[in-house]
Amino acid sequence: MRTLFSFHGGVHPATHKAESTRTPITRAAIPSKLVIPLWQHVGNRSVPIVQVGDHVLKGQKIGRPEGKLSSAVHASTSGTVSAIDMQLVAHHSGLPDLCVTLIPDGKDEWVTHAGVDIAHTAPAELRHLLRKAGVVGLGGAVFPSDLKTDAHHHQMRTLVINGAECEPYITCDDMLMRERALDILHGAELLRELLQAEEVLIGIEDNKPEAIAAMQLAVTQAGYRKMEVLSVPTVYPSGGAKQLIRILTGIEVAAGVRSTEKGVQCFNVATAYSAWRALAHGEPLLSRIITVTGNVSHAQNFEVLIGTPLNELVALAGSQPDTTRHIMGGPMMGVDLPSGTVSVTKATNCIIASSPKLFPPPAPALPCIRCVRCADVCPADLQPQDLYWFAKSNNFGKAQEFNLADCIECGACAYVCPSNIPLVQYYRYAKSEIHARSVEKLAADKARERHDYRQFRIEREKTEKAQRLAQKERDAAAAKASFDANLAATENAQQQTINEAIERAKAQAVGTHALNTEALTPEQLAKIAAVDARRAKLHELAANAGADDEPPKS
Amino acid sequence: MFSSPFITQPNSVSQIMLRVLLALIPGIALYVWYFGPAILVSITLASITALATEAAMLKLRKRPIKPFISDNTALLTAWLLALSIPPLAPWWLIVVGTAFAIAVSKHLYGGLGSNPFNPAMIGYAVLIISFPVHMTHWLTPHAMSGVELSFIEQLNYIFNGVLPNHLTLDAITMATALDTMKTQLHLGLSVTDIRDMPIYGHLAGKGSEIVAIGFAIGGLYLILTRIITWHLPVAYLAALFATAGIFHLVDPQHYVTPLFHWFSGAAMIGAFFILTDPVTSPTTVKGKFIFAIGAGVLTYLIRAFGGFPDGMAFATLLMNICVPLIDAYTQPKVFGKKGAGK
Ligand code: SF4
Ligand code: SF4
Repeated sequence: MRTLFSFHGGVHPATHKAESTRTPITRAAIPSKLVIPLWQHVGNRSVPIVQVGDHVLKGQKIGRPEGKLSSAVHASTSGTVSAIDMQLVAHHSGLPDLCVTLIPDGKDEWVTHAGVDIAHTAPAELRHLLRKAGVVGLGGAVFPSDLKTDAHHHQMRTLVINGAECEPYITCDDMLMRERALDILHGAELLRELLQAEEVLIGIEDNKPEAIAAMQLAVTQAGYRKMEVLSVPTVYPSGGAKQLIRILTGIEVAAGVRSTEKGVQCFNVATAYSAWRALAHGEPLLSRIITVTGNVSHAQNFEVLIGTPLNELVALAGSQPDTTRHIMGGPMMGVDLPSGTVSVTKATNCIIASSPKLFPPPAPALPCIRCVRCADVCPADLQPQDLYWFAKSNNFGKAQEFNLADCIECGACAYVCPSNIPLVQYYRYAKSEIHARSVEKLAADKARERHDYRQFRIEREKTEKAQRLAQKERDAAAAKASFDANLAATENAQQQTINEAIERAKAQAVGTHALNTEALTPEQLAKIAAVDARRAKLHELAANAGADDEPPKS
Repeated sequence: MFSSPFITQPNSVSQIMLRVLLALIPGIALYVWYFGPAILVSITLASITALATEAAMLKLRKRPIKPFISDNTALLTAWLLALSIPPLAPWWLIVVGTAFAIAVSKHLYGGLGSNPFNPAMIGYAVLIISFPVHMTHWLTPHAMSGVELSFIEQLNYIFNGVLPNHLTLDAITMATALDTMKTQLHLGLSVTDIRDMPIYGHLAGKGSEIVAIGFAIGGLYLILTRIITWHLPVAYLAALFATAGIFHLVDPQHYVTPLFHWFSGAAMIGAFFILTDPVTSPTTVKGKFIFAIGAGVLTYLIRAFGGFPDGMAFATLLMNICVPLIDAYTQPKVFGKKGAGK
């Protein structure tokens, strides 16, 4: 029996998983249109390679990856491209992004596709295929899987497969494990091969006995060695990658450290499944399992084409008239979607139709009473009450010093806070401020350089003028040839110093330019806009929470 | 604005404080049993004063009144202060003390969550410094004095200062068990002689020792229901016990037993209800130990060598001052950085 580890803190919110696990996964019907965002992954937005009016087949690539950190995007069914434009997307920024709109022809006609002989294909080629198939992390992080399967020459001990699914309401991984366990395990074995990891540990929370049984049975059937399904205690957030790694291996991966450096890597079960489908069957990532739950008449899991409009999907589960908004993800870390018309993306694991009855608005915040209930539950061992104080007083240096970066925004602290303080909002605010400031600082450094150079030029002109003046005077006083020669020498020397200085300044300017602060990409602009928007919201929040904003008079 | 998490645990400051108030009830019930209902009068007076002062201060500070007045923290301050002063004290004493505690030591420091000192203990400190005589008229348990004031007679004394004709103040009040111990030791009596005096029971003062047990029971309830953690009370009582124990071992005739210290004065109510005020105690576990041990040792030293009848209040206030420093030096290591040698 393997000994499991535990992490500090954690909470036990009501799980609400039973509602959506009564019926098997249902394939959602092809919607009236698909709005497929070109930016569904961490990294660079993919570049559209189709045009309006093009007819595309199911599985045909419509966006090619741009740069190393990127992934491909495909047509989820066959049909005609009707638009390539900015649309609201399911993303926490609430900003529009570039999307390909596809009107399905209803034939669902596949592009020619076939799997590869995995055993006889080079790892680099397999990674390339993952990238081409648009496989990204389906646990919500949507990090391109091809990059995560590269161990960077580190000796890999453990591959962790994350089936914990600790967030309330979400059951998509649970149902996937119950119904498609073998494919998940093939995928896990494939990822293990790519990483050259010694063992595979599959962690599943013990509130999913059916999934655990199905996976254990599949391990025996498949006969993979050094692959173990482990039941882990139900405590939120055990499904956080860092927390699950800690539970299964005892290894702690700090913020800013690659887990491969510690010899472990973690993939979600759905990612393993999709990786297998992509390589063994040549099916790019076109659909995913999504839990539709909350304020609907029959909550359940659907296999949904990427790009399906939210309201068409929710209608399948029986929308209710008093639904006021939709949450993507779970109630602890999910995001409030900007509209019911956005479409589902690779990051959408769950849609909760929400009404004021289901999630009542929080009571007004009171000041922090330092009760440290938040610190008691923080899985990152932080002192949330201190971070809150620093964020609120805009003391970002201190917030960083107190390891704000290690906060995984799990929301456990805000969940227990008796003063109802929206702690995580303050952390998001502080993080975006810190990010915005580092961008601003780069820009400011650049401006200062320009300013310094200008000062230098003005100085140089002054000196030259003075020199010319002096020369004239001297010419007038005594036009002696020897004198002239001397002067020329001095001037030369000075000019050389100046030239060197200019070269230096130029070199610096080039160096700064490489950091790309001058010409901001749409991504960066979007990010900054998002930061500004959030900042404005936060100021509003702080003004509303108001009551406790008075600093102590001491 | 809506943002995750969208769910919260059903708890609130107001509920937490209500539980703390509930946990005081066994102690208060035993108090009434042994000393009569006068304490209920001071608790009521203190509560009314606290709520009125709280409302007035919130209004002055232009804060929303409803969420704050219903947080039950002012009531808790009132109850703790009322339990720290003699129940037969004139009515204005508790009113002045409570008003000061709420207005000055809470609101002038920024209100809920921002006060560095425990408001009830500030109220107590102000009263004992300004009105030391009134603060020594503790009721004698009626089983001992043989006289029992009726509720009306108690009210008459609290509000008008009038006692029934046949009684003097001395007949119904006395110094506390701690105070008597200290005075008699000064007079040269030994601990054994003093303990034979009728005011003492099995552990400490007759009656008051049982009340202390009542508070301890309430405190255990708070720990079991996770309203407070065990660290502060356990460390405090252990430190008090250890310090008293050392002195007692060295000279048992001069230094009374550690158990006597546990069940005298404000030690029990302090350990479970006063030190554990979250606002004025450290946030880290290590910090809690330092804080509570410091308070335990100081309580003993003030009791044994200081000029005040009890040491709990001043020990708490002295340690309150150190809290920011303690917190700053006891930051725990974060995830992934443990054992990184900081
Ligand atoms: S739980 Fe809330 S009130 Fe308690 S210390 Fe944390 S932030 Fe403050
Ligand atoms: S949101 Fe951040 S600070 Fe709060 S409990 Fe989670 S990790 Fe800790």
